[in-house]
Amino acid sequence: MSEMNEKLVFDRPESVIDRATHYCPGCHHGIAHRLIGELLDEMNLAEKTLMTTSIGCSVFLYNYLNVDAVEAPHGRAPAVATGVKRSRPDHFVFTYQGDGDLASIGMAEIMHAANRGEKMCVVFVNNTVYGMTGGQMAPTTLIGQRTTTTPAGRCQTHEGAPIRMTEIIASLGGVAFAARGALNTVANIKKAKKYLKKAFEFQLNNTGFGFVELLSGCPTNWKMTPLAANERITNEMIPYFPLGVYKDVSEEGGVC
Amino acid sequence: MSKKPERIFVKGNEAIARGALAAKCKCFFGYPITPQNDIPEFMSSEMIKAGGDFVQAESEVAAANMLLGAGAAGVRAMTSSSSPGMSLKQEAISYMAGSEIPAVVVNMNRGGPGLGDIGPAQGDYYQSTRGGGHGDYRHFTLGPGTVQEAYDLTIRAFDIAFKHRTPVLILGDAILGQMKEPITPWTPENVDEEGGRDWAITGRDNGREKRLIKSLFLEEGALAGQNQHLQAKYDSWKDLAEAEQFETEDADLIVCAYGSIGRIAKSAVRKFRAEGKKVGLFRPITLYPFPSDDLLALAKQGKRFLTIEHNLGQMVDDVRLAIRTVADSDFYAIYPGNLPTPDELEEPILNCLEGK
Ligand SMILES: Cc1ncc(C[n+]2csc(CCOP(=O)(O)OP(=O)(O)O)c2C)c(N)n1
Ligand code: SF4
Repeated sequence: MSEMNEKLVFDRPESVIDRATHYCPGCHHGIAHRLIGELLDEMNLAEKTLMTTSIGCSVFLYNYLNVDAVEAPHGRAPAVATGVKRSRPDHFVFTYQGDGDLASIGMAEIMHAANRGEKMCVVFVNNTVYGMTGGQMAPTTLIGQRTTTTPAGRCQTHEGAPIRMTEIIASLGGVAFAARGALNTVANIKKAKKYLKKAFEFQLNNTGFGFVELLSGCPTNWKMTPLAANERITNEMIPYFPLGVYKDVSEEGGVC
Repeated sequence: MSKKPERIFVKGNEAIARGALAAKCKCFFGYPITPQNDIPEFMSSEMIKAGGDFVQAESEVAAANMLLGAGAAGVRAMTSSSSPGMSLKQEAISYMAGSEIPAVVVNMNRGGPGLGDIGPAQGDYYQSTRGGGHGDYRHFTLGPGTVQEAYDLTIRAFDIAFKHRTPVLILGDAILGQMKEPITPWTPENVDEEGGRDWAITGRDNGREKRLIKSLFLEEGALAGQNQHLQAKYDSWKDLAEAEQFETEDADLIVCAYGSIGRIAKSAVRKFRAEGKKVGLFRPITLYPFPSDDLLALAKQGKRFLTIEHNLGQMVDDVRLAIRTVADSDFYAIYPGNLPTPDELEEPILNCLEGK
């Protein structure tokens, strides 16, 4: 085949390292990683980025993104990132956290970092389950969802209601941008990238805290095919976790 | 005529805060707990004036993790707390030890266990010298006994932390923190403020290789390798062990005590010496590494030992380990919740001297 017939339309972003993935087939962590990698390239941020990774399936994010990184204890990434950003304020700082990490053990750290308006970004991957430890209930597990610790399905009177983090974060002072996207369709992925970009820009402008929730699939622990998992996001997750921008201070006029 | 060095009259807590500023500490992360509140209070204004940053964290957990972040970024940073707060900081300290992140952590020990009281105690010795969090690790632990020493050792703590890539703990107590004494502040020369330049996360400036600071080692043998490396590092600290010896040379009985109790014991020893009684004091300044060799040398001279602590017997284990091949140590406990005086220590010392 001559070169003329081949046109490269899709390539690996430079900020993403060329290596085999450890994620399960159909997992959306990889898509989230790629979106961040694309933005680091497009916004020319790789050399000034200090990434804080967390605990969960994404603990190996540092093996995929070609940036400096520190690993935080479970749930503490927003506190670690606070220390990083306060000591190196000219750098671009973000955390990447799952729902168990951010909304359970790390609830205090995320709330207070957001409320202080730390000039950093948080990427929140919500797959309604603890992936890494084998599919236990997360704070975001939907009512009726079966997990290894809610074998009969999550029951509101026993386990409480799934927590909507973006709505809570958006209500806090210090937050410049809060949005919820999803990674289950091409259209949603494109929109999610826009949200991430906006959150990154707010940090670069030194405006305040940026938060982007990404509804994601965990086909393994949902015991679904990747395609069925994508459909579950549309049919079950999005109705409970509506997509969209919940706070954008550029439309409201500044945080502090 | 040379200018007289400046003298200031400050609390132990403030001396530590001032020492940190002199050591070019750039970030302080705190959470209120008695009896160390003077430190974050001082830092909330002075750290900002010094061009650094101060954060009152939402908890000790968060403060210690902020410290982890700042240390990973190669910046001189500090947190302080007291006993219940220290328990909460242990998670991050274990991670810092595992990831070899330098930082300075101050514990003004209060009475425990649990909520205990807000008075002085030394019940956190085990936690401070054994690695209070999970896993096999140690960190440097310094035990100042005077306000001047609190200042001096804080400056040293930063140098040790960065030289050896380790958290360094300063273990004081409510006496030291709340006591006011005149001190001579000094400023160290040639502080290497960017000491972590060659390993810290600073951004891949000029396209250098990425850096990763972590404590997770999953590949077969990798964690064993990391532990081996850490233990070799801890072993190498042996030579840095330090103790104050007071009237030990011709002493029959050596009183072993550290920190505030070491200082109170020194008063008692002075009194005995005035009466011609052959008592000396051995006051460890580095609690980890423990000055075992110096102690063993004394034991080999045939001396007897009495360990006095403001707890129910913790450092006495280290004393016994050091001298076990030739001698043993008696022990006198000052119960946490009581405030000791030199007079109180006289009877146990005398009893021991007279072999009772
Ligand atoms: C202090 C502590 N508690 C528990 C764990 C075990 N643990 C590892 S990952 C994880 C859950 C992660 O779930 P989530 O944040 O939803 O991420 P996912 O794996 O789904 O991407 C837990 C509980 C830990 N590592 N540390
Ligand atoms: S367990 Fe779930 S979250 Fe983890 S890699 Fe597999 S699909 Fe992804």
